[in-house]
Amino acid sequence: MSDLVAGTAQPPETTTSVGQSPLKASWRRFSRNKLAVGSMIILALIVLACFASPLLFPFGPEDADFDNIAAPIDLFSAHPFGTDEFGRDLLLRVLVGGQVSLAVGFVGALTAVIIGVLYGATAGYVGGRLDNFLMRTVDVLYGIPYFFLVVLINLLVGRTVTGLFVSIVVVLWLTPAVIARGQAVSLRHREFVDAARAGGMTEWQIIRQHIVPNSLNVVIVYSSLLVLEVIITESFLSFLGLGIQPPASSWGSLIDTGARAIETDPRLLLLPGGFLATTLFCLNFIADGLRDAFDPSER
Amino acid sequence: MLAFSIRRIIGAVPTLLALIAISFFVMRLAPGGPFAANRKLTEAIIANLNKAYHLDEPVWMQFGRYLWGLLHFDFGPSMKYRDFSVTELIVHGFPVSLEIGVWAMLLAGVVGIALGIVGALRRNGVTDLSVGIIAMVGVAIPTFVIGPLLQILFGLKLGWLPIAGWDGSVNAKILPIVVLALPNIAYISRLMRGSMIETLRANYVRTARAKGIGARRVVWKHALTGAMLPVIAYLGPATAITVTGSVIVEQIFGIPGIGRYFVEGAANRDYPLVMGVTILYGGIVILANIVTDVARGIIDPKVSYE
Repeated sequence: MSDLVAGTAQPPETTTSVGQSPLKASWRRFSRNKLAVGSMIILALIVLACFASPLLFPFGPEDADFDNIAAPIDLFSAHPFGTDEFGRDLLLRVLVGGQVSLAVGFVGALTAVIIGVLYGATAGYVGGRLDNFLMRTVDVLYGIPYFFLVVLINLLVGRTVTGLFVSIVVVLWLTPAVIARGQAVSLRHREFVDAARAGGMTEWQIIRQHIVPNSLNVVIVYSSLLVLEVIITESFLSFLGLGIQPPASSWGSLIDTGARAIETDPRLLLLPGGFLATTLFCLNFIADGLRDAFDPSER
Repeated sequence: MLAFSIRRIIGAVPTLLALIAISFFVMRLAPGGPFAANRKLTEAIIANLNKAYHLDEPVWMQFGRYLWGLLHFDFGPSMKYRDFSVTELIVHGFPVSLEIGVWAMLLAGVVGIALGIVGALRRNGVTDLSVGIIAMVGVAIPTFVIGPLLQILFGLKLGWLPIAGWDGSVNAKILPIVVLALPNIAYISRLMRGSMIETLRANYVRTARAKGIGARRVVWKHALTGAMLPVIAYLGPATAITVTGSVIVEQIFGIPGIGRYFVEGAANRDYPLVMGVTILYGGIVILANIVTDVARGIIDPKVSYE
């Protein structure tokens, strides 16, 4: 039923004309969504600020400025958001911490999606016993609350950025696998695939022109949600002290420090918390926008 | 129905076994045993300790021993709290975790459903929009940011509630329970609003109206029962969120539950303690998923038992 709606929502020429691929049509729909585009711009600014602007500071995130210990917020001084009790610049520390959170989030989600899609698509296309075996394995693992699995595996691989990345990816590829498999199975039996076959398209043409673009939609929408999940998981672990270890820091570990100091200096909580919350809000709006743009039947 | 329940329970056994096996083998393979940090010990003492904890046996024998213990609710000795067994620690901490967990689930259910109904009945009104914003905040901002913020507001600025601590008083329990319930309030109110709007448009609700049943009765009796189904299906994930959230909330508010033991155990590499909590919490979530499936089967005639 929903397939029918999805099919009719696009003008018929989208599949035939060269300049109007479904992907481009979706992108046009997305770019009309002001909230989503605005979120994307803000997120891009945050990414840029975290990765580029620390180069502009004449000091490092761990450098103590003994002349300005626990300096207050003064936007026009060398330390715009002040310093902590060791004289370290608060803004710079949050930006550098963001590098870890964002890098783990984006690279982690991408890796998990690639692994999951390969696994799920294989299961779905090959079908039969292999499908049964692969998806049974996923089912078994899926029943376990993932946070505990991440902590367990993190104990095995170590509390470094790479270790965090590995333990999160090892657990979070399961959902993309399930989604990709469902997509692969359902697409194989869809009317337009039958129609294309009846019309004389080869298997390879069908895969390239129908299967891949149609699965891509779901994968793109899901990836944006996964970035959110990976960032939250990383912060969660680092907040508990089970993630990234000092002197390295991420938003999660900075929030932990801040939460312990709420009685003396709320800035330590509000600054990393604000960055994390803004990022998560943007990702939420982007994910919503992508879902509306790529999957009109879902609305 | 009974056959379905039994099949569902049997289907969960591999998941539970996988959970136990993964936690067991990960813990055995993980570097840095609980005694590694303590350099003062001589070789002989380490050997004796390893022997006392059966660490000198082959791994598969240790696994068999552990499984056998689990069948008797014996999670083994804690390696950090030398005088306690993991079972004793769990018996000590679990009632506290259970208390805030159950209250948080109840609160999330009642408030989430109520907000969802209000939102659906007064669509796009002021209440609906503010509920939408609250729901979005609850979904987007993690508990470990909201928790300390509420501590600042209600503990420091207003002074209405204690910032942290666990003295058994009702006041000390309010903030942890609210923070733990918040993500689920957000999800449930969204879910309830959506399904209520859809149900109010359903044919059977229109039939009820056409038969002349009062608006109030249509909403509370006919629409509500139908709209509750997605919320009931959410019971499993809600349990998982509460269990995971309790680890954070216990850390923030200094509550002596087993979530804190889990974090401490993971930091100290106290293998049996981490495994015990993981298996207990994993088991609870698996059980909640079974209960959810069976409950859906009982309530919704459209759910097939295949």
